[in-house]
Amino acid sequence: MSLDLIKEKGIPLEKQKFDWHDIVRVPTSKLDDDAFTRVRIILMNGIESEAVRFQHACARMNKEFQLALAKVRRIEQHQQTTVNWLLPADLSPLETTIGFEQVAIEVTASVAIHEPNEYLAQVYRFGLLEDFDHLYRFSALMDRVMGADSNNILQSYSDILPGRPTALEHRAPEDDLRECYDRTKANPISKLNAVTIMGGEHQTHDYYMTIGPMFSDPIARQLYAEIASIEEQHVTQYESIIDPDETWLEKWLMHEATEVYNYYSCLTYETNPRVKEIWQRFLDFELGHLHHVLEIFRRFEKRDPAELLPESLPDPIEYKSHRDFVRKVLSEEVDFRAQGKKISNRDETSVSRRYREQMNSKGSPSESIAHGFRWRPGTELAEETPDIRKLAKRVA
Amino acid sequence: MKTGQVRDKREKSEAQLFFNRTGIMTNPNMSAELIRGAKKTIPSSSGSGKEATASRAEYSIKELPIGSSPIIVINGENASQDELSANADRISVLLDKLGERLAFERQGTRLYEAFLQKLETAPAEHVNGPSSEDLRHICNEELEHFKLLQKAITEIGGDATIQTPSADIAGVLSHGVLQIVSDPRTTIPQTLQAMLTAELTDNDGWQMLKELAGKLEYSDLEKECEKAFQEEQEHLEKVRQWLSEMTLTEAVGEKDSLRSESEDSGPENGGRETHKHKRSHISHSSKGKKRRKK
Repeated sequence: MSLDLIKEKGIPLEKQKFDWHDIVRVPTSKLDDDAFTRVRIILMNGIESEAVRFQHACARMNKEFQLALAKVRRIEQHQQTTVNWLLPADLSPLETTIGFEQVAIEVTASVAIHEPNEYLAQVYRFGLLEDFDHLYRFSALMDRVMGADSNNILQSYSDILPGRPTALEHRAPEDDLRECYDRTKANPISKLNAVTIMGGEHQTHDYYMTIGPMFSDPIARQLYAEIASIEEQHVTQYESIIDPDETWLEKWLMHEATEVYNYYSCLTYETNPRVKEIWQRFLDFELGHLHHVLEIFRRFEKRDPAELLPESLPDPIEYKSHRDFVRKVLSEEVDFRAQGKKISNRDETSVSRRYREQMNSKGSPSESIAHGFRWRPGTELAEETPDIRKLAKRVA
Repeated sequence: MKTGQVRDKREKSEAQLFFNRTGIMTNPNMSAELIRGAKKTIPSSSGSGKEATASRAEYSIKELPIGSSPIIVINGENASQDELSANADRISVLLDKLGERLAFERQGTRLYEAFLQKLETAPAEHVNGPSSEDLRHICNEELEHFKLLQKAITEIGGDATIQTPSADIAGVLSHGVLQIVSDPRTTIPQTLQAMLTAELTDNDGWQMLKELAGKLEYSDLEKECEKAFQEEQEHLEKVRQWLSEMTLTEAVGEKDSLRSESEDSGPENGGRETHKHKRSHISHSSKGKKRRKK
């Protein structure tokens, strides 16, 4: 079933209450929960983090909305905590990193498939192949430095292969900006997609910047520094596809609609009943936030907000393996480069080449860690046991 | 009414979620695709990862260690400044290692406090495991050892509040132990496994400290270290025994576990021998279980 954003009022703000026990729940299981439960938790932490980030920026520029923003933001912050604290203590920072990259691959793939604007879909596919490569580099780090198998986290849903090599992803800022959608013409799903992926990538950047210094191995520290830099490029790319001429209230409205859409998507696919109950509750909270903003929008902008929102929510983000789609994009577009706002199979610009050569002039961490790396079940130290041989033959 | 509530075939009860999904055999079709993809893809560059060694070496700067060794605080009650200067390096090593044990015993006290709380709130009664009294006894001795070290450092002329390089290393090392003990989801045997790691380290630590104190002719300290070492050996033996017996009980049941114990308890069997036998029993038993499943 789909959702009518205007008719469904959710839970009003004044009834959205928390206590510390409610915020800090029993976490999910690293070993037993489905990988997509973790993917949803990581993404929704990013979506809530984006909500808080946006609302702070908005408050700094709009005195008249400060109280209304502060009221919603307090709830968003508690929602973010509730969601993020579902990750268990035995999930190490590197394991969480593998989870972040799985989000970037599977969620971006779903968005790229369903994005109606071909240019934007191309932008998502371009970013996807870069995050796909990050997963391969972090898997090499996990194998070669920590002696562990990243597929324990991925649960075979995502491939562990080289994508567009991280060392080649370093571009000059001139080649990271993209064309934005037109706020007056864009399909609402394009707006929801853009905020979703921007939020996810921004949180990925911030997470790597937080945990990078926690590693003792110099190559691990370098790899996080390098990939955090690419995530910054990705945030630059994805925020540039959003029309900057949207008013502050338009943006706030679309952020709330994005949260509704994402909780709805999570609810559709969730398999863990305890987590599902949270998605349900927060979907109702976000509908409450949306209607709070709708009211402000009507009052200040003197126009009907319904013109910005889809009549009913689009199909949810698909939480499933996108292996075939990712492989197709990989085979067709791995050599694509950005030339200003364009993405094509032409060469990169000289300004990006110079920038990249400078950054890699004393070597590339992402190359160093993954020289000759080929993922295999149980790490590259493991023998191929008869059961694995049999499994491989199942397809071959 | 709940908004947009979705009920479908994917929904499962919580009990159905409880199986380990991390292995390659959990999702055979997906895994087969994954393996096939990895096998036919050429790595983006050749080599073996050994190339990273040179890059790591660049960060190894002798002059910039993890931290500096502790120094002696000069005050009126210390030996003369000349005497202390002459022995500065030796005393610095002793203070570093005393600081390590101090940090370890202080954390050990907190670990046993947390363990005690876990035991007292554990939902099931644990046959063959520690009692609250057992844990309280060890916890008190850890605290006494901490205080002993605090006094010893101060008497030598050190600052007992300093975090020495060895104390820092010990803290990083025992981070995992703390994570396991503090996690409410871990069982009593899992907690004992963490404590065994701590106790093994602690035992060797006290033995080394005793030898160091002897070599540097701190005879009172050497005696105190010897006493603490004896007590720590007792902690280790107890933790080792609880863990071994609880693991055995978990694998074969209480009845079989007791039978095995009585078989082992001949006069010729010392403690260590018993544990060796139990370990082989566990291995044999789990093999049997596998066969039955087939």
